[in-house]
Amino acid sequence: MASMENIKKENDYILEVRNLKKYYPLSRFSLGKSRAYVKAVDDVSFKIKRGTTMGLVGESGCGKTTVGRSILRLHDITGGQVIFDGQDLAKIPPSKLRKMRPQMQMIFQDPYSSLSPRMPVGEIIGEAVKEHKIVPKSEYRSHILKVMRDCGLQPQYFYRYPHEFSGGQRQRISIARAVALKPKFIICDEPLSALDVSIQAQIINLMKDLQERYGYTYLFISHDLSVVEYISDTIGVMYLGSMVEIGDKKRIFDNPMHPYTKALLSAVPISDPDVKMNRIILSGDIPSPVNPPSGCKFRTRCQHCMDICSREVPKLKEYEEGHMVACHLYSQD
Amino acid sequence: MLKYILKRLGLAFIILIGASILIYMLSMLMPADFIDTQTAAALQSGAMTMDDVMRLKELYGLADKSFGGIMKSYFSWLKSALSGDLGFSFLYQKPVTKVLSEYIWLSFMIAFISYILEIAIGIPMGIKASVNQYSAYDYTVSVFAMMGTALPSFFLSALLLNVFAIKLRIFPLQGLTTATKIFDKNAYIQIFLDKAWHLVLPITVLTLLNAGYIMKFTRTNMLEVLNSDYIRTARAKGLSEKTVTYKHAFRNTMIPLVTTLSGMIPGLFGGAMITETVFAIPGIGYMALRATLQGDIPFIMGYNMFLAVLTVLGMLISDLMYMVVDPRVKLS
Repeated sequence: MASMENIKKENDYILEVRNLKKYYPLSRFSLGKSRAYVKAVDDVSFKIKRGTTMGLVGESGCGKTTVGRSILRLHDITGGQVIFDGQDLAKIPPSKLRKMRPQMQMIFQDPYSSLSPRMPVGEIIGEAVKEHKIVPKSEYRSHILKVMRDCGLQPQYFYRYPHEFSGGQRQRISIARAVALKPKFIICDEPLSALDVSIQAQIINLMKDLQERYGYTYLFISHDLSVVEYISDTIGVMYLGSMVEIGDKKRIFDNPMHPYTKALLSAVPISDPDVKMNRIILSGDIPSPVNPPSGCKFRTRCQHCMDICSREVPKLKEYEEGHMVACHLYSQD
Repeated sequence: MLKYILKRLGLAFIILIGASILIYMLSMLMPADFIDTQTAAALQSGAMTMDDVMRLKELYGLADKSFGGIMKSYFSWLKSALSGDLGFSFLYQKPVTKVLSEYIWLSFMIAFISYILEIAIGIPMGIKASVNQYSAYDYTVSVFAMMGTALPSFFLSALLLNVFAIKLRIFPLQGLTTATKIFDKNAYIQIFLDKAWHLVLPITVLTLLNAGYIMKFTRTNMLEVLNSDYIRTARAKGLSEKTVTYKHAFRNTMIPLVTTLSGMIPGLFGGAMITETVFAIPGIGYMALRATLQGDIPFIMGYNMFLAVLTVLGMLISDLMYMVVDPRVKLS
């Protein structure tokens, strides 16, 4: 049913992020006006269609997680707008935001530290259901048990504590916790990176099943490109706090345009040993986000660096339909 | 569970034997023993001769200070101690167990009241400071807590005495009762109020000294919990800040807090030696200091073994509480 709705509303965006910025001041007590900032997220914009999955990729420290947390306003943002279902989350007062929280949930990276060790599983999943009165009191227990069944958790786990479970089961608990609130939108912050490969497949299939059944919208943050390729509809590539390329999955994988995306894709291992990989090896390290290079942030590691790259910041421009890239290579013609 | 406790008690017994040997050796090797301090004046004036002193030492069992002699007297002490008899106090001329049982209750009462106050002050302040980390409140409270833990008790006592007893004359200088007043035997309320009035300053000192520690401890543990992922989860669930702080964060902070605080309970019987002495309050700490200065070996042994038992007990209680409050811990 949910998918029917999606077809009807072709241009129905559940989330739109405009010019999102999150700067961390380096020192609290620095004197003078020129304080140094870590620009964790610097002017990021994107949209997600209802019922689809957007994958957000990039190497560690590029600001993917900060984007996720900024959207849910788990910390204050420096600038920009986060429009969720027509409302700017960055502006609404905290009390109202709290009431909206069930609609947007998050699954965290580490299933070991994201569950309170002193709460039994039933309470972890059900606490916020009670708080926000998601279901009538009489249906509370059956709702929790249904969610647990949906997520592959047996009903007798209800009274057990998180430490009695394996990583995969704990991540199922995290998912059940998020799903129990009947959200519209779920941010998955590297939900697989702490798990074994065999468990990863189970969890990602579980997430896909749930999406098909309940029509969730996902923002899937990961550095694992093969996982992102499997689950996403659109993909955004981040480098040092900025979005360098964004587009439909097929277009990104078939025709990567930004030199950084090309390098990333070339690094995905191929399971056939006879195929020779043409890996693009990036030279140098990721620059410090305190003093990012002028102009294009990627220019210090780019093979195609030109004069203009150090002078002008490349803007994210639509190159073909549903495919945007921020690179001077394509803006000249 | 029972097996674990029995094992721990068996271990505790060995620890206590070791502690008793050490304490016995050290107190026997003190340069001036009980007889020396008692007879020094008489010896000086010629009222007693060295022979008299030696005879007295023989009588008290303090004559033979060779290793063999000490061990021999230690084992005779151990034998009677195991049967519950801690010997006869040289100084107080009463059985040690009787002195202990007479004086621990006052000490316990003082310590217990300040223990409750410390918790009532320290924990809420610690929570508030951790929730508002790096705020003016946090800095202020932390500085005072640091001062409280850093001040020596005799200094703080002297300071309070100077201000409240000497300058302002609100509270009495010393003792437990007003010497110049004679109460009717049945005037319980007046006697109680008079004693309570005398105990205000010592309880204040003990509270100020330890509330800071509890506050710091609560703050540190709260901060650790507040920065963990499941607190972010709780916020993302849309729980109110109050629920996040108390139900999620404080509930997990309780684990180290309860174990530490419950482990402190046996120690409340041990007395506060310095504070009691400064205020001349006849608690067990005051009695013990006097006995130690005079070289009253049976009492030193009895008191220190009592402290050792309390410490061992405190550690055991603390470990058992760990299991009660933390579902992850299974003792075996």
